[in-house]
Amino acid sequence: MHELAVTQGILDIALGSLEEAGGHRVGRIDLAIGEMTGVVEECVRFYFGVISRGTPAEDAELSVRVVPTSARCQSCGETFLVRECGWVCPRCASACSDLTGGKELIVESIEVRDGSQGTQRHP
Amino acid sequence: MEVKVLKGILDANDRIAAENRRLLDASRTFSLNVMASPGAGKTSLILSTIERLRERLGVGVIEGDISSTVDADAVAAKGIPVVQINTGGSCHLDANMIATALSGLPLDDIRLLMVENVGNLVCPAEFGIGEDRKVLVSSVPEGDDKPYKYPLMFTEVDAVLINKIDLLPYVKFDMRAFTVAVRSMNARASIIPLSCTTGQGLEDWTGWVLQEMAGPRS
Repeated sequence: MHELAVTQGILDIALGSLEEAGGHRVGRIDLAIGEMTGVVEECVRFYFGVISRGTPAEDAELSVRVVPTSARCQSCGETFLVRECGWVCPRCASACSDLTGGKELIVESIEVRDGSQGTQRHP
Repeated sequence: MEVKVLKGILDANDRIAAENRRLLDASRTFSLNVMASPGAGKTSLILSTIERLRERLGVGVIEGDISSTVDADAVAAKGIPVVQINTGGSCHLDANMIATALSGLPLDDIRLLMVENVGNLVCPAEFGIGEDRKVLVSSVPEGDDKPYKYPLMFTEVDAVLINKIDLLPYVKFDMRAFTVAVRSMNARASIIPLSCTTGQGLEDWTGWVLQEMAGPRS
């Protein structure tokens, strides 16, 4: 249920960035969401449709990059994906690791449209 | 055109959390964010902690629940300053709710502020409230597999308390397996077995709190 708060954060950042860029509409929002955050993509899409209505981000496409949970072994330094290996190092079998990825909740970029000339992209 | 943004989605919450922290630091108030699933023993732990520490230092409590004032009433009955937050359905406390609650507490008289989060092992892990330390109360009847099921929560906290150890003879719970699971994803957390019913282990817990209060702020 924290998806509503997360989605509100996404919308606020997108609208703020749109204003800074001097655009009129948000065409797309690129998100990085860590696997471990438990944020359900479908819920975010649903909430976004509701709360973006009537804003310049209405109808914006949500592009989600899911970041897998990864860890670095404290013993041998091996970095591994928790989905594949559990929390045990696949190289030395040590069960002590530091999280290196999977907690991301980031708006990476937005596509800004000026409203009249359609979509433009920087190279 | 594409515009680089690279902003944390919860940055707005984190900014308010930082303001809460400044306010608490200014009044020399040390704060604990106490998280757990419903029924693990958050309120029992807070009441037990009050009993053991109230002679030594000023204690205050913020209670977070979806509804009711049951927990705040229990704390207030002990003559401890308390604010009840009713989230009205929201599954976690956020920094803004805490900011409002702090304005209703005599912070200058409170050295230790315990914040009881909404019972939930998912969402509260996501939202910082400006706390000095995050504490998780896990309990024996919940089972020893919880770290694997709720890894974010277990990686976020500074201490994992294993409550209800008086039930160990009656419930299937492998203490070693649980400890290995916690260690595998969070090597820095202190693990403290205790029972709020019998009092076993509570000295270790209050010792940890006093030690953290005396040490460097995180």
